Amino acid sequence: MTAAARLRVDPIACDGRGLCAEVLPELITLDDWGFPIILDQDVPPVLRREAAEAVRLCPLLALRLDHPAACAARPMMRRLHLQ
Amino acid sequence: MNAVDSGRPEVGNAGGLRAGHLPRLLPARIWGGPASLAEHLARHGRPPAIGRDARWRAEFIAEVDRSGLAGRGGAGFPTARKLHAVASGRDVPVVIANGTEGEPASAKDKVLLAREPHLVLDGAALAAEMVAARQAIVVVHDAVREMVDEAAAERRRARLDWVKIKVMTAANGFVAGEASALVNWVGRGIPLPTAAPPRVSERGLRGHPTLVQNVETLAHLALIARHGARWFRSLGTPAEPGSMLITVIGAVRRPGVYEVEIGRAVGEALEVAGGPAAPLGALLIGGYFGTWADPATAGPLPFSAAGLRAIGGSPGAGLIAALPADACGLAEAAQVARYLAAESAGQCGPCVFGLDSIAGELEALAAGRRFGVTRLRRWLGQADGRGACHHPDGAVHMVRSALEVFGTEIDRHARGWCRGTRPPGVLPVPPRRAP
Amino acid sequence: MSAGSQSLWFLSRGSGLVLLVLFSIVVVLGVATRTGSAPGRWPRFAIAELHRTLSLFAVALLGLHVVTAILDPFGTIGWAATLLPFASPYRTLAIGLGTLAVDLGGAVLITSLVRQRLGQRAWRAVHWLAYLAWPAAFLHSLTAGNDLGVWWVALVEVGSAAAVAAAVLARVFSRSRGGPGESPSGPPSGAARFAPARSAAGAR
Repeated sequence: MTAAARLRVDPIACDGRGLCAEVLPELITLDDWGFPIILDQDVPPVLRREAAEAVRLCPLLALRLDHPAACAARPMMRRLHLQ
Repeated sequence: MNAVDSGRPEVGNAGGLRAGHLPRLLPARIWGGPASLAEHLARHGRPPAIGRDARWRAEFIAEVDRSGLAGRGGAGFPTARKLHAVASGRDVPVVIANGTEGEPASAKDKVLLAREPHLVLDGAALAAEMVAARQAIVVVHDAVREMVDEAAAERRRARLDWVKIKVMTAANGFVAGEASALVNWVGRGIPLPTAAPPRVSERGLRGHPTLVQNVETLAHLALIARHGARWFRSLGTPAEPGSMLITVIGAVRRPGVYEVEIGRAVGEALEVAGGPAAPLGALLIGGYFGTWADPATAGPLPFSAAGLRAIGGSPGAGLIAALPADACGLAEAAQVARYLAAESAGQCGPCVFGLDSIAGELEALAAGRRFGVTRLRRWLGQADGRGACHHPDGAVHMVRSALEVFGTEIDRHARGWCRGTRPPGVLPVPPRRAP
Repeated sequence: MSAGSQSLWFLSRGSGLVLLVLFSIVVVLGVATRTGSAPGRWPRFAIAELHRTLSLFAVALLGLHVVTAILDPFGTIGWAATLLPFASPYRTLAIGLGTLAVDLGGAVLITSLVRQRLGQRAWRAVHWLAYLAWPAAFLHSLTAGNDLGVWWVALVEVGSAAAVAAAVLARVFSRSRGGPGESPSGPPSGAARFAPARSAAGAR
C-alpha cells in the first residue's frame, strides 16, 4: 500500500501563472490574485498523471510533488532546489 | 537543584538575585548607561564555564529544560528543545542572537542591550557552549550597536568567553527579525525569509545547524546557568515560568519597557507603567501580529499564553498598546495593516497582493467609505498561511481580531460616524528605509 | 547540375523557409505564455504545450534542412559546419549564422529537456539565448537563401520578422504598464519582486 504523493507549491518561486490550475482543477484552484490554492495536498492515484503534468508544466518549477519514499533518496534534488 | 548544589565548579554570586523577586534582567536603577563588565560581574558573578565536556553540555541543556524557559521573541518555543535540536545536528552549529526587534512599537530588546549587554552576551556565549558552537553572532539594532560593540570588546580584553563573539547591525524592516531572514542577512546580506523546510535549526547559516534565539531569551539563559531552574521557576506560572520584558505604549502615564512576572494580570502590567492616562478604548496585545481586546475584558486576564487564550491571543513580543477612548481603533488597525502590507518581503503573491487588498479594504472601512465585509473575509482566508513565512498569518490574525473587537465601531462607520476625535498615530508605523 | 543535387537544394531551401515560419511561431508562443496576452481565451498550458511541441517538430525538420544542405554536392559546406560556426568554406558568413542558430538553439533545447533536473535558474539563463538564436536564424535565412526575389518568400520573411517583433514589443510594454510606479497604494520596496500594481478586483 503506497502512501499518497503530496502536492505543494513553493510560494516564493510561484508567480501566479496559473497553468497548474488549468491542468489540475480537481486539486488546484486560483485565489483572487491568480495564485494557486491547493485544495487537497494528497494526490489520489487516479490523478497522479495529471499532477505530474502540472509539475512539469509550471514555467517556474514552483509546483512540487513529493513522493513519500523518494524524499530521502534524492539529496541532490534538494541541493538544486536551494537556489 | 541549583547551580551550587550540583557539584559543578562553584559560581560566584556576589550580587544575588533573590528567588521570587524582580527585577532580574533589568537593573534596579532606571537611568544610566550600560552596565560595564565589572558592574555586571559584581551583580551576577562570573558565568559558569561549560567548556568542551559533552556531559556538562547535556547537563546544562537539561537544566534549561527543567527551567521551562521558552523563547521571548514572540513564538514561545521551548528553548531546551531548540538547543537539543541544534546540538544534535550533523555539522558544527552556530548561534545567532536576535536583537533585531523589527516590531516598531517594541523596545524591550533595545533597552536590554543598552542596559545589560553583558547579560545577553553571557547568554549567547553559554548557548554556544551548550550546543558546541564555535561562534556566536549577535545581531543588534543600529541604535544600540555601539554599546554592544563596547561590551564585546571589554570581554575580549578580559578573555572572558570560550567562543568567538561577533556583533553585527540588524537589517531594517519588520521581517528582518524572522529567523530565516536573519540567517540570510548574516550569511548573504539579504534579509529575506525563505520557506520553512528545512528549518534553520537543521540547516541555517551556510548550511550549518543554527540556533536563533531572541536576546531576552539568552539573558534569561545566562541567569538560569548561574542560579538554576528552581530559582527561575520562583516567578511565573508552572506552565510558563519566569519573568518577561514588556513594552507598554499609548495612553499610560509612564510608557516604557518593564519587567513583569508572567501570569500577572494585564491590568497590573498597565499599572506598572503608571496606569491609564485617559479612559481606554482598546488594547493591542502582543505586537503588530497581536490581538485587539476590550480593556475591561482583557484587564483581569493573566499576561501569559494560557491566560490570553481566552481572547484568542498570546503575549507575543511583549507589547501592550493602550488606545485611548478618543482614538479610532479601526483607523489604527488600518494603519498597522497598511504598514504590514508595505513590510512584506514581496516574495509571495498571496502576501503582497492579499495584504495590500486587505489594508485597502480596512482603510476604506476606517474612512467611512463603502467596503465589503464578505470580500474582506474572503481575502483574509486567502492570505492566511499562504506565504513562505508567517508574515501574512500574523497580519490576518490582527485584522480578524480588529473586526471582532471593533464590531460596534464598524456599524458606526457604516453610518458615517466615528467616535475617534484624534488622527491615528498611537501605534507607530515608520516609513520604509533601505535595508 | 544533376537532378539529385537539385532536389537536395530544393529540399534544403524549402525546409529552411518552413523552419523560419515554425521558429517564429515558437518564439511568439514562448513570449505569449509570459505576457498572458493569449489570442482569444486560450488556456496558458495549451500555449506552453504548443510551444514545446512545435519546437520539437521544428528540430526534427532542422535535421533534414542541415543534412540536405551538407549532402548537396554543389556547395562545399562540410560536416564540421553543422556545429562549428563559420567553418564552411562555401558562403562562410551565411552558413555560419545558421550554425550559430543551431548551437544556441541546441543549448536551449537540451536544457529544456532536462529542466526539472537542472533547476529553474540555470534553465532560464540559457533560455534567454533564444533571443539570440532567432535573429541568427533570421539573418541566415536572408543571406543563405537565394530566393528573396520571389514575392511570397519576401512576404514570409517580412511576416516572420513582424510577428516576432510585435510579440516582443507587446511583452516589453505590458511589463512597464504593470510596474511598481503605477500602483496607487503599492509600497516602494527595494527588495520586492512583486508590486501590487493590479486592482484587487481584477484576476489575472
